[in-house]
Amino acid sequence: MKTRDLMELAGRNLREAMLRNALTTIGIAVGVASLVAMLSLGIGLQKLVMGRLQSSGLFDRVYVTPRPVGASLSGRGGGRGGRGRNQQDDVPTPGLPPQLQPPMKPLTSTVRKQLAAMPNIVSVFPELRFTADLRYGGTGHVTSASSVPFEARGTGQFDNITGSFFSGANANEAILHTDLAQQLADQGNFKPDDLIGQEVTIRYPERKPVEAPPNQRPQDIVANGEFGQGFTIQSADVKVKVVGIVSGESAGPGGFGGARIMLPLELVERLNAVQGFDVREVVANPGETIYPTLTMLVDNPNHVQAVEDAVKQLGFGAFSLFDAARNLQLVFRVFDSFLLVFGSLALAVASLGIVNTLVMAILERRHEIGVLKALGAADRDVRQLFFTEAGVMGLVGGILGVFLGWGIGQLINFALNKWLVSQSLTPQKIWLVPLWLVASAIAFSILVSLAAGLYPASRAAKLDPVKALRYE
Amino acid sequence: MPETHTDSQTNQPALRTAEVTRHYAMGAATIRAVDGVSLEIAHGEFVALLGTSGSGKSTLLNLLAGLDRPTSGAILAHGINLAEMSGDELAQYRSLTVGMVFQSFNLLPRMTLEENVELPLRLAEVDRGDRAGRVQEALKRVGLAARLSHRPAELSGGEQQRASLARALVNRPTILLADEPTGNLDSRTGEEIMNFIQQFNQELGMTVIMVTHEPRLAERYAARQFHMKDGKLSANGDAQ
Repeated sequence: MKTRDLMELAGRNLREAMLRNALTTIGIAVGVASLVAMLSLGIGLQKLVMGRLQSSGLFDRVYVTPRPVGASLSGRGGGRGGRGRNQQDDVPTPGLPPQLQPPMKPLTSTVRKQLAAMPNIVSVFPELRFTADLRYGGTGHVTSASSVPFEARGTGQFDNITGSFFSGANANEAILHTDLAQQLADQGNFKPDDLIGQEVTIRYPERKPVEAPPNQRPQDIVANGEFGQGFTIQSADVKVKVVGIVSGESAGPGGFGGARIMLPLELVERLNAVQGFDVREVVANPGETIYPTLTMLVDNPNHVQAVEDAVKQLGFGAFSLFDAARNLQLVFRVFDSFLLVFGSLALAVASLGIVNTLVMAILERRHEIGVLKALGAADRDVRQLFFTEAGVMGLVGGILGVFLGWGIGQLINFALNKWLVSQSLTPQKIWLVPLWLVASAIAFSILVSLAAGLYPASRAAKLDPVKALRYE
Repeated sequence: MPETHTDSQTNQPALRTAEVTRHYAMGAATIRAVDGVSLEIAHGEFVALLGTSGSGKSTLLNLLAGLDRPTSGAILAHGINLAEMSGDELAQYRSLTVGMVFQSFNLLPRMTLEENVELPLRLAEVDRGDRAGRVQEALKRVGLAARLSHRPAELSGGEQQRASLARALVNRPTILLADEPTGNLDSRTGEEIMNFIQQFNQELGMTVIMVTHEPRLAERYAARQFHMKDGKLSANGDAQ
């Protein structure tokens, strides 16, 4: 029989035992729905967790330190080629904390440029921190200030900001931590949000190069560089506009901010505020800015490993949380297969419904099958007819099931968010039904239905037409 | 109606059986429903197969129809042995070479007449465009052209049997096998049906084999009679 005739006859047969076939189809739909519900829960949770971690800046970042990671612990020294070239670093510098002790390669501005030139790197930025005195309303607050690169705008860390992110990479603007804003508000008797748009003064220690003595020889300038004679520290003021207030903590290494006052990176670099590291700079690498750490923003988490390896090749310490993420993905995969097995169970039960319905249909339509055969139907035609009926039930059940599963998901999502809001938590989307899941759920439903139709179809096909015709 | 399927150019008889047997196992016993039957039916012949119930006449008809396979012996339709055909070939034989009419009509109750008559065309994979015309033509031949959209239950017994005749005709087979076609009908309606069958035999040149237990009908319509008893042919009757 031709496909269209098969479809027509199958459709007619399905309509004739409407109630029974509808119930069977609903059974399949419930099976598919449970499958879709389980899997989309798994996928949604995975996406939520991974998304959170990713927006926290843990997975697209490589955190670079001057010392190869583990060197100070194992005592094996400065790694590849570190020692010879940095002889002067081998002498412990008194007064520096242990993590800054040699052997190590300093992260100079040259290194920063070198790292930024590597493939797949979006940007390389230091985190500059200094002590600042925020003056507003006649009083001062000595607190910490840190730099935030403009690239942080796209990450999730500033999603919950009140007000806005910096308008430009070099803007005279500040974002305050809620704790500081609250403190200011309590003193001035106003609401923290009122600070947005206000101008505050930040007093900070500025480093100023020492003027070269008038009798300096030109070769000394070449040898010592611009700041060759060191610098002096002076108090300086800068006026900035508060544009936002943000809560939360810095998300660990490579995270942004974390201080009470956050300023655009380019502004901080321009301010020339004194850093802890500067003391070392005077001694070790005249003429270059030295950073305690550098954070490399990688365009894609998949490239993190390669970047990390390349940085280690250069003799620096580098680490990322990429491996942790990989393990997490493995956990989710196991979790998903669990959900898949449980979800499939319902579909397996539903497929027994198909077997049952079709076996019943054979009994009921035995005479009809005999007539069909007498009129010239081959065994193949009868088999295909039953097969098509099973397939159509699978298709319809699959489509219904996807809708049902989606609906269940929306319901759970809705209820969960209601609860989250009642607990003063942020609503989350833990439910995700990707298109591939829809397609494969329907395909799987058809496949299972066809498999369930195998036995009834072959039984119907093998029916002896003489006996079948005698059966009324 | 145009020519029927003409794989009949050969000199072969329409149907020939050689020592055909059909045995059933019934527990430990073997039922010899058809037991060594040899017969020959020429093209365009109208023969009647007579016998009491259980004589094996219906079993023989089913063997001739390709609905059943013989235990031994050969059945040649237009010279081709049905016993050696594959399942698909046998289905094709049932579809294109023979048309069947039953005592209980065997129309599918949930289909309209048009759909019932179209069924053999679907199974034979006849082009969709040709179907409506052929269904119309077949139903017109039995006088039911106006009742295309009726369901079998809305028709009288005679009309139902006429519809099943149309269904048997629609694929233009060369052989018509009728199993007690008037068994469920009153004598006047039965006669009407018999006239149609005679018409097919005479006008379309169809070979007709009719199973009946009514000698009166056999004598009136059939050119030749075969009498069966206990699975064997007992006598070869001649016309009237």
